[in-house]
Amino acid sequence: MERLHKMDKMPKWADVVLIPVISLILAASLSALVIVAIGEDPVEAVNLMVTGALGSTYGWGYTLYYATNFMFTGLAVAVAFHARMFNIGGEGQAMLGGLGVAMVCLYVPWPHWSLALLGACAGAMIFGAAWAAIPAYLQAKRGSHIVITTIMFNFIAAAVLNYMLVNVMRPQGSMDPASARFPEAVHLPTLHELLTPIGISFSKAAPANVTLLVAILACFVVWALIWRTKLGYEIRAYGHSETGALYAGISPVKITMIAMIISGALAGLMATNNVMGEAERLVLNSTEGAGFIGIAVALMGRSHPFGVFLAAILFGFLYQGGAELALWTSIPRELIVVIQALVILFTGALDNMVRMPLEKIFLAMRKGKA
Amino acid sequence: MDFLTIIQVLDSTVRLATPLLLACLAGLYSERAGIFDIGLEGKMLMAAFFSAAVAAVSGSVWLGLLAGIGSSLVLSGLHGLASITFRGNQLISGVAINFLAAGMTVLIAQDWFKQGGRTPSLFAGGRFEPIEFPFAEAVSGVPILGPVYSELLSGHSILVYIAFLAVPGTWWVLYRTRFGLRLRAVGENPAAVDTAGVSVVGLRYAAVAICGVLCGIAGAYLATALQAGFVKDMTAGRGFIALAALIFAKWRPWQAMWACLLFGLLQAVALRFQNIDLGGVVIPVQVMDALPYILTVVILAGFVGKAIPPRAGGEPYVKER
Repeated sequence: MERLHKMDKMPKWADVVLIPVISLILAASLSALVIVAIGEDPVEAVNLMVTGALGSTYGWGYTLYYATNFMFTGLAVAVAFHARMFNIGGEGQAMLGGLGVAMVCLYVPWPHWSLALLGACAGAMIFGAAWAAIPAYLQAKRGSHIVITTIMFNFIAAAVLNYMLVNVMRPQGSMDPASARFPEAVHLPTLHELLTPIGISFSKAAPANVTLLVAILACFVVWALIWRTKLGYEIRAYGHSETGALYAGISPVKITMIAMIISGALAGLMATNNVMGEAERLVLNSTEGAGFIGIAVALMGRSHPFGVFLAAILFGFLYQGGAELALWTSIPRELIVVIQALVILFTGALDNMVRMPLEKIFLAMRKGKA
Repeated sequence: MDFLTIIQVLDSTVRLATPLLLACLAGLYSERAGIFDIGLEGKMLMAAFFSAAVAAVSGSVWLGLLAGIGSSLVLSGLHGLASITFRGNQLISGVAINFLAAGMTVLIAQDWFKQGGRTPSLFAGGRFEPIEFPFAEAVSGVPILGPVYSELLSGHSILVYIAFLAVPGTWWVLYRTRFGLRLRAVGENPAAVDTAGVSVVGLRYAAVAICGVLCGIAGAYLATALQAGFVKDMTAGRGFIALAALIFAKWRPWQAMWACLLFGLLQAVALRFQNIDLGGVVIPVQVMDALPYILTVVILAGFVGKAIPPRAGGEPYVKER
């Protein structure tokens, strides 16, 4: 965020590449210590994770499926970061996005999946954006802290979803708090179905689907928006200095609203992958914490869409690898939650701990040259 | 609804409000000193696990309580390191602490007890037993006052009484001691405190440590008094409800108690009645679940009086700006 004045102390590549890499190494070493402490072999664990997540098209299919979720939520957090806002509500916005997707898929008779996907994207974005717009409005107009309101909205979203699934959308006679199955016509093609016609064999069982392409497209759109449009310039200007932006005639209310609406829409879009692409019905807790992983992904990716893309794939790998670990060793899946916490800690909260010694080294090197 | 039902609901209100109150007062110390803490949830969870684990292994609930407080203090130290020493983002640090606790508790529980991320159930000695007031049994037959004394006031664990005594205690510390004055000052104007020759860093670490102790007691209460053992994610958002109560109370101790009792009542009612039928209009249980959060948003938005946080909250202090 407030990195402008620090740039002259360090070359840009150190800021963009070196610091995240060092943070990642720190997080990985601590995770290795945790694995040793519970009596497992970290090298063996990494081997299992790599073969499990990247060693087969089945593994890749899951890795990319998770990565798709994290690209959407990571972009959501990143866009808000550019306007110096911390959107912790990606989880709730993605839940509401799921509600939008389910309504579009269940109540509209779609002739073809491609049209249904467009409709579902619209539904997901509208619901997610609306859920972010209320906290944004309260921040812009009433000064309530966006972090607290978005946390509260996560819980309210869970209650709304619970109510809708138990009392409204549950098919008659079903005990399960879940919506009916979506019709066959809205089934999204998986990577298996997309790649087989062009002669590439891909695992049939893996859930990665066409929404991966939507997520990659979203990365490009966000990049273009932030760095190639007037609006993006205004968002970044506002993020760097609110008073500066004010003098430049940029309305804080407008930027707060627009940035959060974009952010919420991106978080909502995640539902096209997990609800429409994978489960093909809306269930409780369909988001599985992906909204929060978006925070780690955005921090790791330095809020740049390309960084978010890479970090999302890294976390997709960790998720699938972690599932494999839980299957073959006594290491529970929660190891991934610990790694995620460490990544957030080192790339976010303890950023200065990594940065300050590095800056000193670079300053010393510069003095040595001069 | 008969009188005894009301007493029973109020009794479980007190039980459910206790962890909220402890965590809420914890947050009050931290935030009054200018350190935002959205990691209350994580600290409670960590303390819940370690108190139950140590109580299960040692058979002593008091050792469990100490272990719970200790583990919560470690996370507090981490939060202090990130947000005071390295001037990092306090909110991001809180998020990290919540995830760290959610992951580590299950990881360690699985490694130690191999029961799917839980601790063994606690039996006598490993739990805080209810304290019966004198003559509670004898006066329970007296109308109105009898049940109030024997059911509502008597028969809670010692941590409940500690939590409610902490309210006047906190009020006294904040408003009647030099430490409290400085603590509040450091959350409003740290530069002034610094100019007066008092260590901003020291005060803030002290506040974060008190926060850790109270969160530790809250977590221990959950696992060794309210329930008999630790289960995965057993805090279930209580840290965030406590945060909501703190805002609801506008960062003041007595109001914090009333807010926690209100949110405890909502939980107790939701637990007992599920969907409430008010003469034709049915209030679904989900409304009761969401009400603390909705009320907090309304308060934050300033529709019912303005909630203004400590002025220097969330800002790392840099000497000689």
